[in-house]
Amino acid sequence: MPTGRGNISTPAKFPVLAETALANSQLRRNLANATTTIRAKRAGVVAELPDWQQLRAAGAAIKDDVLAHLGEYLEQLEQRVTERGGTVHWAPDAQAANQIVVELARQAGAREVVKVKSMATQEIGLNEALAAAGIPAWETDLAELIVQLGHDKPSHILVPAIHRNRAEIREIFLREMAEVDPRLSDEPAALAEAARRHLRRKFLLAEVAVSGANFAVAETGTLAVVESEGNGRMCLTLPRTLITVMGIEKLLPTWRDLEVFLQLLPRSSTGERMNPYTSMWTGATEGQQFHLVLLDNGRTATLADPAGRSALRCIRCSACLNVCPVYERTGGHAYGSVYPGPIGAVLSPQLTGLGGNRTNASLPYASSLCGACYQVCPVAIDIPSMLVHLRARAVAAEPRYSPERVSMAALAWAMADAGRWRRALRLGRFGRLFRRSRLLPPPLSGWTSSRELPVPPRETFRDWWQREGRDETTVVEAGRSEPAGRRLAETEPGASQPGPTESGAAG
Amino acid sequence: MRVALYVTCLVDGLFPDVGKATVRLLRRLGCQVEVPLEQTCCGQMHINTGYPKAALPLIRNEVAAFAGYDAVVLPSGSCTGSVRHQHAELAESAGDRELAESVRELAGRTHELSEFLVDVLQTTDVGAYYPHRVTYHPTCHSLRLLGVADRPLRLLREVAGIDLVELPQAESCCGFGGTFALKNAGVSTAMLADKMRAVLDTGAEVCSAGDSSCLMHIGGGLGRLRSGVRTVHLAQILASSR
Repeated sequence: MPTGRGNISTPAKFPVLAETALANSQLRRNLANATTTIRAKRAGVVAELPDWQQLRAAGAAIKDDVLAHLGEYLEQLEQRVTERGGTVHWAPDAQAANQIVVELARQAGAREVVKVKSMATQEIGLNEALAAAGIPAWETDLAELIVQLGHDKPSHILVPAIHRNRAEIREIFLREMAEVDPRLSDEPAALAEAARRHLRRKFLLAEVAVSGANFAVAETGTLAVVESEGNGRMCLTLPRTLITVMGIEKLLPTWRDLEVFLQLLPRSSTGERMNPYTSMWTGATEGQQFHLVLLDNGRTATLADPAGRSALRCIRCSACLNVCPVYERTGGHAYGSVYPGPIGAVLSPQLTGLGGNRTNASLPYASSLCGACYQVCPVAIDIPSMLVHLRARAVAAEPRYSPERVSMAALAWAMADAGRWRRALRLGRFGRLFRRSRLLPPPLSGWTSSRELPVPPRETFRDWWQREGRDETTVVEAGRSEPAGRRLAETEPGASQPGPTESGAAG
Repeated sequence: MRVALYVTCLVDGLFPDVGKATVRLLRRLGCQVEVPLEQTCCGQMHINTGYPKAALPLIRNEVAAFAGYDAVVLPSGSCTGSVRHQHAELAESAGDRELAESVRELAGRTHELSEFLVDVLQTTDVGAYYPHRVTYHPTCHSLRLLGVADRPLRLLREVAGIDLVELPQAESCCGFGGTFALKNAGVSTAMLADKMRAVLDTGAEVCSAGDSSCLMHIGGGLGRLRSGVRTVHLAQILASSR
């Protein structure tokens, strides 16, 4: 099955890119502040709804229905959009989608285009493709504008400039906006005003707008964009031609289904009860043209994996990014793809396929499997289980005799039989020889770089059990603790009584 | 009640005191504790690192080792989570329906320690005495995979002499994550640094949790810093007495 292309492949493995991010103190602070704030906002508005879990289940069920009947719903959508004067284009991958949009923009005589914030167009690298065709594309979402003017990349699905603070944004505006007042302050209102003036001219001049879509209703042929600023609505209404690029999974079967998603999305994403602007359109209005580009780019391949397909339920709310302890510390650029965070770690490698893409195969490992993402996901995507599944797919694509595979097999062999395991554990005592070691060779150096090694005990639990523990008359000490630093100060094997018992319990 | 202790490979090989404390505690509460010596490991590390097939023999071994006991108790939220949420599905996907059925049956009588004390033995006061300043870290799998909620805290609050202090941002992961701590050592350490800061902010002398794996991680960091704070498993606190 054809896999996806575009900005969904990371150029280097996650741990490598993460190191750069971890060392950036400004980034760490910006991220921690932003994610903490938005996390609290979300938790507050979600707690208000007594039927949140039911809404979540409904969201998952509706999306599963879409995925199970994707072909039928897509054809229904095409029919409805066409009936209402729109034109539907089918794009198997990023390159095809870009070609379609470039061609349509040319036909419309566009010298430049204005853009509504859209993940699909970031995914396919549309701005670059349009630029190569001599048509500049202007981002009109404030955060996307900051990213674009900063010659930067988005690092968050919803808040693409989350890695920037207002002082940095002021600097970017002063440098990049020719018309800006040099006394510009870093007050949010002043920055927004500068962006507003900068964008207003673009809105009035543009012949063509490009958008993504949050939802497309198959039953009516209606498309919907949900936003905060109203800049999206300017793009959707002012230019004569509107081109919408939409992933094929963005469908909803019926108009009524919006009821569920217009509750789930704003509360999960911005932590608002309702988003300020919801724009919906069906086909083309008189005198205007509407083109809908349906993008596959690896989605059908994703759909083919029963254990991975629910990633296509995603409505791009970013709740999983905001609660993820890994994302909070690395930001989005460490994931390479335009889809960062937990959802990116399951979506990007599925869209590109894991076989020929060893850097994307590192993404499912970019998680401690803490489960916070699953807990907040408004469409109940079990991201931790999917990460585990994708790790198995990544391993399957690895060479047959990798050192890790061999050690894992050896360990599993020892553990599959209690006799072998008992002997292996006893060998573990020789680990005591290393108890003064502060550094071990890779991959164990990952541990010892920042953590002490535990010292194997003189006697394993099972040996103790066999020696005396099983005898119910044995008085068992409440286990001793592991005082920090004990490891170095500990007495030699054979020395008399170890430290005092934790509770003073008699032995 | 005939209770089997599923001691877990980590406790067996590295932290036997946690196993001993669990035995002591359960016996004190009137359980007949047995340790089937055929047990080895739940295979979670294999599963979560991408080697699910390697875990299948371990699951078969587990089912045989714990057949017939009234209850199986683990001093680990993470391993309980693996038994309850990974094993049947894994057996199913390997086409072994029979194994899936048996492990589902096993999962039904498998309990993480705090669940067993509160739900099965229906007690929160286990008669413990522990005169120390303690902060409690709720481990991710006990919290989010099992949903033990405040059971461990309810148990700790009843401990005589304890000075229990709340851990800030308690529900944030400590950064262990199994082989994550090796494969993404940098991010893991960054998460650990924040967890240690939270622990140190409480002024506690002891950081407790229900998983030896997370404690090994937090304790490994606190030890490297010579912080003077030690890590103690929940079972060890509950087993302590005057």
